[in-house]
Amino acid sequence: MNAIAPEAYTTEDGRKIGGVVMEMKNITLRFGGVTAIKDISFDIREGEVRAIIGPNGAGKSSMLNVINGFYHPQEGEVWFRGEKRGPMKPYEIARQGIARTFQNIALFKGMSTLDNIMTGRLTKMKSGILSQAIWKGPAEREEIEQREKAERIIDFLEIQSIRKAPVGSLPYGLQKRVELGRALVAEPELLLLDEPMAGMNVEEKEDMSRFILDVNDEFGTTIALIEHDMGVVMDISDRVVVMDYGAKIGDGTPDEVRSNQKVIDAYLGVAHD
Amino acid sequence: MGGLIVTIGSSLPDDLNSFPKLIERNARKFGARPAYREKEFGIWQSWTWAEAHAEIQAIARGFIDMGLKAGDHVAIVGRNRPYFYWSMLAVQYAGAVPVPVYQDSVADEIAYVLDHCGGRFAIVQDQEQVDKLTEVRERLPSLEKMIYVDPRGLRKYDHSALISLEDVRKIGHEKKAELQAELDARVAASRDEDTCIILYTSGTTGRPKGVVMSNRNVLVTAKNSCEFDGLTEKEDVLAYLPMAWVGDYVFSMAQACWAGFCVNCPESAETMHADLKEIGPTYFFAPPRFFEGLLTTVMIRMEDASKVKQRLFHKYIEHAKRVGPALLDGKKVSAGDRLKYNIGKLLVYGPLLNATGLSKVRVGYTAGEAIGPEIFEFYRSLGINLKQLYGQTEACIYITQQPDGEVSADTVGVASPDVEIRIADSGEVFYRSPGTFQEYYKNPESTAETKDAEGWVATGDAGFIEPDSGHLRIIDRAKDVGKLTSGAMFAPKYVENKLKFYPNILEAVVFGNARDRCTAFINIDLTAVGNWAERNNIGYASYQELAGNSQVYATIQEHVEEVNRSIAEDPLLSDCQIHRFLILHKELDADDGEITRTGKVRRRIIEEKYGVLIDALYDGADNVFISTEVTYEDGRKGAIEATLEIRDAAVAVPQAQKVAAE
Repeated sequence: MNAIAPEAYTTEDGRKIGGVVMEMKNITLRFGGVTAIKDISFDIREGEVRAIIGPNGAGKSSMLNVINGFYHPQEGEVWFRGEKRGPMKPYEIARQGIARTFQNIALFKGMSTLDNIMTGRLTKMKSGILSQAIWKGPAEREEIEQREKAERIIDFLEIQSIRKAPVGSLPYGLQKRVELGRALVAEPELLLLDEPMAGMNVEEKEDMSRFILDVNDEFGTTIALIEHDMGVVMDISDRVVVMDYGAKIGDGTPDEVRSNQKVIDAYLGVAHD
Repeated sequence: MGGLIVTIGSSLPDDLNSFPKLIERNARKFGARPAYREKEFGIWQSWTWAEAHAEIQAIARGFIDMGLKAGDHVAIVGRNRPYFYWSMLAVQYAGAVPVPVYQDSVADEIAYVLDHCGGRFAIVQDQEQVDKLTEVRERLPSLEKMIYVDPRGLRKYDHSALISLEDVRKIGHEKKAELQAELDARVAASRDEDTCIILYTSGTTGRPKGVVMSNRNVLVTAKNSCEFDGLTEKEDVLAYLPMAWVGDYVFSMAQACWAGFCVNCPESAETMHADLKEIGPTYFFAPPRFFEGLLTTVMIRMEDASKVKQRLFHKYIEHAKRVGPALLDGKKVSAGDRLKYNIGKLLVYGPLLNATGLSKVRVGYTAGEAIGPEIFEFYRSLGINLKQLYGQTEACIYITQQPDGEVSADTVGVASPDVEIRIADSGEVFYRSPGTFQEYYKNPESTAETKDAEGWVATGDAGFIEPDSGHLRIIDRAKDVGKLTSGAMFAPKYVENKLKFYPNILEAVVFGNARDRCTAFINIDLTAVGNWAERNNIGYASYQELAGNSQVYATIQEHVEEVNRSIAEDPLLSDCQIHRFLILHKELDADDGEITRTGKVRRRIIEEKYGVLIDALYDGADNVFISTEVTYEDGRKGAIEATLEIRDAAVAVPQAQKVAAE
């Protein structure tokens, strides 16, 4: 079924893809009587761009929530870096090195771009409330270090001109970029993007694709993304999982997936008996 | 060039006759003073002259190690960053000639320049520029290596023809012992007449031409202009204009190196206003568009301010308009007015200037296009010593400029030091100066057309010297000045400028040569009109939609009719009133070749491209359909289609006829 060799390999454009970082084994997720995900297995390898696609209601977002530990599946196992994962609290997930963005943007609208991105560093800050309030010595040094990380991300995403602007006033495409910045600044090993290109125009999509590839290339971040836009997905991902009605109907390189009859049926529509 | 060398004006001391020698002097004399600053990662990083000197030398040794020879040409495609200024200087250290290219040019334009100058190396900003050059690589046999500054996204590229500037610099550091003697020898070998730089002019017609400048052209001009305005090592400038433009080369390179002052580079093009505010330059140049845009922003913001603030603002601005310019020129002003002006400074002018970043400007210049008298007076009334200069690339900018205390909105000043001016019988302005270019590279015909044997250069502009002030006044491009069928003079620029003084109008193109009356294309200003639309609850999705709005048309019609009334008062040009006009469905754009990279209208191209619209303006139609091809920055093409409305404008009775009738 899976056409890709289990060992590490190098892509055509020279990126090194390592071993398996995360493995989903026979995942089934139910909400009461509704089965959102039916017996799905796939893996994510180090350094790759892995996409999960599928029509509306296929269970993509639920899958992403399973990956980041927000939902706990009734059946199946999630293995992350060689360990089987049990139920976790959100901060435990963040400390594991997984960061994400949201489909409908979850930024602090009244805060500036810089402050929003700085919140991505919160898990890395050690000084307590008291020393932060006094703001001398260690707390100050720490904030300067964190600010530098944030500034590098601002530079990377080319959002210097909106550094001080409240994010609520920014256009949608830029807000998405700020959200990506907040996820990136946490220096994640695995970055989850929930429809990063939803609602964008062609130019914004191109920019976002560029940034996703650059993140992967520059920081070596493993990326798992959910996306609607087939064209974009096929261009930027190494491997694609296709879901339909909660089940996996395809898995492989973009070319393999494109020629998969089940995928074509799901997208173009075929009479279901 | 025919063996004829005309030497005009002063010459240079031997130890200061090239850029490398100036850098050596600055490192000795101003070693600890800041030379370059750049905002990066949210902080201003700075380099002293001593540090910059070490960096430049290292890069230069790296270039020599790569095989750069004296006399080679090196293209530079980047935005204002210290690394690019250093690279230019390093190229000159190695005895080679830098050729800056507009970084937003499409691949085809860059290819033309690179091929024409035969550049062996190209120093580029980032992946985008590398991609552009790679695309046209086959047409550039002389191009050996691309040197990039920003490595992002380039790691996977084939590096056989690529190297990072960082690596060049490292090699230069490692091979210091080995190559220093060679470098010193190359620096010592520079002569006054060696080529300093080749600047490609954007050109309102045809292909760009490579203007060859000698060390003497550039540095005598730098010396004269620094002395004219008393520029010292204490100045701060903001380098934000295109590096390929002669202005940036003179302000941020020649004058900076000559006087030893600090060049500040913005974080990105979009943050320019914020960076300007943080730096507070003492010496500042901006095209009229900048000042117009800034004033528009200020006025829009004031309309959103509270009633009290609005009243305070208008009261004191009114006062400043009355006495500000006089105070600036050192004329007599009553004690009461002086006191009121100072209160205004405390309450209004000071905070306003601070917010715009212009509070420390000691010498400010604007040039390139005519500036609206009201805009010009507004800034002067606030106490900014804003002046006008007139020049062109071929003159190393300076032809005329306004001395302190002799400033007016409609003239461009007196001849700059060592510059001679002559007005031909046709009205065309000629000049010769120490800054006059050597030749157009590989283009002797154009050189001969432009510069005569005695060194006189035709500016292509028609103008005259005002008898009472002795200042030069420019009317229009000489070749654009034409005649209506009635025989009356037709000066399109004169009318266009009057139109453009309205904040709602961004650009205008007037037609009428060899026709019976004048008509116009109008581009609305999206910022100003968009703001108006927002306040009046008029929804719009695009420029095109707003441009076609009937209320917008009505406003523009009022402006056109006002302009007509004002033109009617000028006996010479009263026939240039606009009879019919339309609002274009797209902004004129440099990528489509409609305006130059420096924002000048390319009349011939517009006439060709929009022939249908011009015909409609003259055949009495009420509307006209057009489909226009547009080019995106990456070279892709698309089409915009629209049906445009054409309106008639009321024409005023010329002053002369009115008098006769009475």
